[in-house]
Amino acid sequence: MMQPDKPLMTIDPSKRAQPLQDTPQRRAILKKLRSKPSVKGAVIALVLLLAVVLLAPFLSPQNPYDLGALDLMDGRLKPMSEAASGMTYWLGTDDQGRDMLSAILHGLRISLMVGLSAVVLATIIGSLVGLVAAYFGGWVDTVLMRIVDFILGFPTILVALVLLAILGRGVDKVVIAIVMVQWAHYARIMRGRALQERKKEYIEAAKNLGFPGWRIMTRHLLPNCMGPVMVFATIQIANAIVLEATLSFLGVGVPITEPSLGLLIANGFQYLMSGDYWISMFPGLALLALILSINLIGDRLREALDPRK
Amino acid sequence: MIVYILRRMVQSFLVLLAVSLVVFMAVYAVGDPIELLVSAEASDADRQAMIKRLGLDLPVWLQYWSFLTRAFQGDLGTSFVHGIPAIELIVQRFPATFELVVVAIGLTCLLGIPLGLIAGLFNDRPLGRGLMGGSVLGFSLPNFWQGMMLILMFAVWLQWLPSSGRGDTVNVLGVPLSLFTADGWSHVMLPAINLALGNIALVLRLTATGVMEAKTQEYVKFARAKGISERRILTRHILRNILIPVVTVIGMEFGTLIAYSTITETVFAWPGMGKLLIDSIYKLDRPVVVAYVMLVTFIFVMINLLVDLAYAVLDPRVQLQEAP
Repeated sequence: MMQPDKPLMTIDPSKRAQPLQDTPQRRAILKKLRSKPSVKGAVIALVLLLAVVLLAPFLSPQNPYDLGALDLMDGRLKPMSEAASGMTYWLGTDDQGRDMLSAILHGLRISLMVGLSAVVLATIIGSLVGLVAAYFGGWVDTVLMRIVDFILGFPTILVALVLLAILGRGVDKVVIAIVMVQWAHYARIMRGRALQERKKEYIEAAKNLGFPGWRIMTRHLLPNCMGPVMVFATIQIANAIVLEATLSFLGVGVPITEPSLGLLIANGFQYLMSGDYWISMFPGLALLALILSINLIGDRLREALDPRK
Repeated sequence: MIVYILRRMVQSFLVLLAVSLVVFMAVYAVGDPIELLVSAEASDADRQAMIKRLGLDLPVWLQYWSFLTRAFQGDLGTSFVHGIPAIELIVQRFPATFELVVVAIGLTCLLGIPLGLIAGLFNDRPLGRGLMGGSVLGFSLPNFWQGMMLILMFAVWLQWLPSSGRGDTVNVLGVPLSLFTADGWSHVMLPAINLALGNIALVLRLTATGVMEAKTQEYVKFARAKGISERRILTRHILRNILIPVVTVIGMEFGTLIAYSTITETVFAWPGMGKLLIDSIYKLDRPVVVAYVMLVTFIFVMINLLVDLAYAVLDPRVQLQEAP
């Protein structure tokens, strides 16, 4: 195809199509979502958790990182017990005398931060790879998709474990490992969607207008393919958080200075046999509440967007 | 058919080759391989001998070639910690992991399929909805925490089952197995439940959706119109049709469970391959990590190959040519 030096015509920005406008389908989807009581509960729980995460420094009774504020004499106290200073440990303390409630609030922050940043990065990288594969086709497509198949052929935990065994510990390294195991999913979904879109007239029109490839990909193809990718990303946030917690539990995840929920649970493991259940149980419940609410919303979202229903 | 099998085998071989290249790059080419492959306590002479033995003075592609040839001879390095070939160490631990995975798959079939049938048949009643809702919980429970809560419940509070180790084993054909002793069974129960729970939820949902879809199909309506009993419709018509994907998933999960057993084995101190991997990562015992990755990849590739072949044999619609 001939590529003119510059576009033959320009489009008035105010007339540019808005891919996420209020449409009858969109209203129907929202209606379907609202009709489920479990979704309501999950949304409320998630909003509460997010509020707690944002307000953690103000809500938590103690700064769990301030070693000076900890009293070893308060170590492994039962929930509801009172400290020497008169403060009540609602959820008990760990072996260092750290208030579990404060530790959980801060742990939620780290877990959520790692999960969100990993998913955002993986979505960007994966979507771009899928887009490039679908747009160019040919050997580019073959090579990229073979790499995707290769990565998806292995269980995530194994790939992440081995990556971290090589990279070492650290929040950034955990994020890299999660991105490495997740991006391929997005690439596959994006490619499938983009292959369908690519044949439509508006892409053809954009090509004939002489727009460069990158512009067609990012301005035309991408906005129309994001739907399924975003739904998948919702569920992947929960998976990323679980993966981070698991890796931290196994001792290859976040460092001890930045304890996520997984590390808190791991820390309580050695005291579990002596019946000190609270050190592991409460961070786990917080983790479960977070994952369950994300999963419920994601599950219903997928159901509502399923064209077969 | 033979062409198909051969082509799939060549593909599998290429995957193994690719993994070996990635592992080689990770361990030998990135960073200082001597740092990784010689323990910190080694003397300078040992170091030089190692460089010579591993051929680290050669060009990179020659190094990869020698890594490959040694790998084909079954030499994936010697464990620093245990002083025996890494591959031997892993093979010793294999029966424990295998046993755990087999029991977990047994539990998945025994619980997941019947519960899925119930959930699918009664999907408009509280029982069915409760089961489907419960399966979301089964997905969401972080595996390691769920295992710890099992320990807390059954080992610490109720004191019904032991929390760690493998229990008494009996040698069967020279392989120590714990499935032939009561003590062994009591040890395997909690880890197996821990490993199986996510898969039970998966199989439950898969079966339930299959039943829900099949219920409205023409062939079921026709069977009902013919006056066939509901029981027979279920076992002969519905079940037969939905079991193919379910069985495939269970088969594919076999490899995944081997990988996920690393978590279960760590929680329950089960002396299998997964525990060995984690211990080796802690102790920087790189040859064992390399050998584990190569071996598990091999198992994985073999399972995928077998599943594909079984599919081709069972389902005549599957084309024996490569998909376009």
